[in-house]
Amino acid sequence: MPAENGNGENGGAEARGEGSVATSADRLVDLYREMVTIRRFEEACQRGFRQGKIGGYLHVYTGQEAVAVGFLDSFKEGDRVITAYRDHPHALLLGSDPKNVMAELYGRGSGIVKGKGGSMHLFDVERGMMGGYGIVGGHIPIGVGIAYALKYHETENICQLFLGDGAMSQGAFHEAANLAGLWGKDGQCPCLFIVENNQYGMGTSVERTTAMTDLAAKFDAYGIEHEKVDGMDIEAVLEAAERLTEQVRETGKPYAVEALTYRTAPHGAADFFEKYRSKEEIEEWRQRDPIGILENKLLDSDAADEEKLEEIKGEAKELINEAVKFADESDEPPIEELYTDVYAGDDEYMGEE
Amino acid sequence: MAAETKTYREALREAMVHEMERDENVVLMGEDIGVYGGTHLITDGLIDDWGPKRVMDTPISENGFTGAAVGMAMMGMRPIVEMMTWNFSFLAADQIIQHAAKLRYFSGGQVQIPLVIRGPNGGGVQLSAQHTHSLENFYGHFPGLKVVAPVTPNDVKGMMITAVRDPNPVIFLEAGALYGTKGEVEDGDNAVPFGKARIACEGDDVTLIAYGRQVNLCLRVADTLEEEDGVSAEVIDLRSIRPFDEDAIVASVEKTHRAVAVQEQWRWFGVASEVAAIIQDRAFDYLDAPVERVSGAEVPAPYARNLELAAFPSDKQVANAARRVLYMEEK
Repeated sequence: MPAENGNGENGGAEARGEGSVATSADRLVDLYREMVTIRRFEEACQRGFRQGKIGGYLHVYTGQEAVAVGFLDSFKEGDRVITAYRDHPHALLLGSDPKNVMAELYGRGSGIVKGKGGSMHLFDVERGMMGGYGIVGGHIPIGVGIAYALKYHETENICQLFLGDGAMSQGAFHEAANLAGLWGKDGQCPCLFIVENNQYGMGTSVERTTAMTDLAAKFDAYGIEHEKVDGMDIEAVLEAAERLTEQVRETGKPYAVEALTYRTAPHGAADFFEKYRSKEEIEEWRQRDPIGILENKLLDSDAADEEKLEEIKGEAKELINEAVKFADESDEPPIEELYTDVYAGDDEYMGEE
Repeated sequence: MAAETKTYREALREAMVHEMERDENVVLMGEDIGVYGGTHLITDGLIDDWGPKRVMDTPISENGFTGAAVGMAMMGMRPIVEMMTWNFSFLAADQIIQHAAKLRYFSGGQVQIPLVIRGPNGGGVQLSAQHTHSLENFYGHFPGLKVVAPVTPNDVKGMMITAVRDPNPVIFLEAGALYGTKGEVEDGDNAVPFGKARIACEGDDVTLIAYGRQVNLCLRVADTLEEEDGVSAEVIDLRSIRPFDEDAIVASVEKTHRAVAVQEQWRWFGVASEVAAIIQDRAFDYLDAPVERVSGAEVPAPYARNLELAAFPSDKQVANAARRVLYMEEK
């Protein structure tokens, strides 16, 4: 089974979550729509990058959709989400307008952060999106602090903290996990760590970065309970997400879940050769594509027919086309924006304009 | 405003307590600041009054707890993070520089980071290479940070109050060698604005520009110059490195026509170089001599007392620099 590919000897821990949660047909169709929309969005980003419309780095989520879609389905108002630079789906799923997200990638003034951050720094604080971050591991202590603040302010909310397998070799991860475990002893750290284990940190596989490839088990060192979930199976993810978000909400203690998944697209838009993995491996994972799995399930269970699925794909395509059109036609940020938002308060800028 | 004589340490603690009383979002974090009482006893006893939620002992984990404080600040808390010494802040540099300083910008103004990071900066107490740095130019380099270096007890209180209320990350560099020094401290809310230099001593013949511990050195030198050379020196305490009070320097140089910039840190790419550049840029026609810089020796800080003294600016070096810009004989 492909889920064992990059994580073969995972300490014997099996992915939990049997996909047995009673999920209504309508809800599955909605989730299908979300996954397809994200995929279309990412494909449009790749086209935009090739056309030279999108600059800098571009990291797409293709293949991993079930993870963000499944976990953010359990997002409650007032919760917070933080992630690294593969952040487009997280913003979109929290309700950010695809137009503003695409405009950000196009470097436009109508971008979600005014054209100042680009692909790696999507923020929509009103909706709970506390950012995409560009330094691997750097956002993890911040997410733990956010969780602490949620408890300090006596809310019932939690922080969903997404991180990649690569980030788990960073000191920032270990320091932050240690703090989370410590503060969690007093119920002061409602943080759900979601490890998006896509098998590679850029082009280096998990077993080439650590001798202890059971990533979830690393949380043992910090007194944080953990499990694994099949990140290609949306129903398994949903089950874990519902149960674990509620647990973290109730206990104020952190918890970690390792979602076994796979990025079928290249690491970044400039990852042309993919020398680090074989075509066969990619193909094998494609057989377990989360959208394909769900599609089959919907058809087999008569939750939707081919016509319905085509309709959803068509609508997603149209939505993303509109976003691209909006981005393309938007103006660049006014040059005065160069100098704003450096500081909060009166002295926004200290240099010479 | 009524005032009392207090130590730098007492004034600093008073400011933090003043702000904790005013705003329950203000929390203290750091290594051994609670039960142990703080390595430099700045926070001694506060955990008894405020409890462990407001006075948080952290593991030895600078990058981790500074990053957590950034997250808390994004959520509206106002953490005051103690670096046991600023030397350890290199471990947290990713959080300070890559996150705290830039988050507001790359979020398009969606967040603000009201965070104070404080601790002793600079040398003078034989802590040798790894525990002796003056980091004002290092942190002063980065847009998004504010950097201050108060030297008097009154300023350390007033600038800490301002730092806590500032909606931006503030690098608060304390004169570690001066925690026990005393001075008049105004009662109550004596908030001192950032970006305003202080004329520590008025004079007409030469301007000595410094910040932190070197201000006291310059004041001693001003006395020496007065007594031995009949020279009237003006001493400017910058107080704040970013924002920077250019006008105060320019106004003084327009009066004295001569300037010496003094810093404990290494010469290259330092604050004194910036002072010299500002003067040539804005007061060139007023200058009667090139601006002198007096800096630390270009070596990692040594341990032995005599070597350490030789590594930092001395009274004699500064006095002679002043004499040089006055075209007087060195002594």
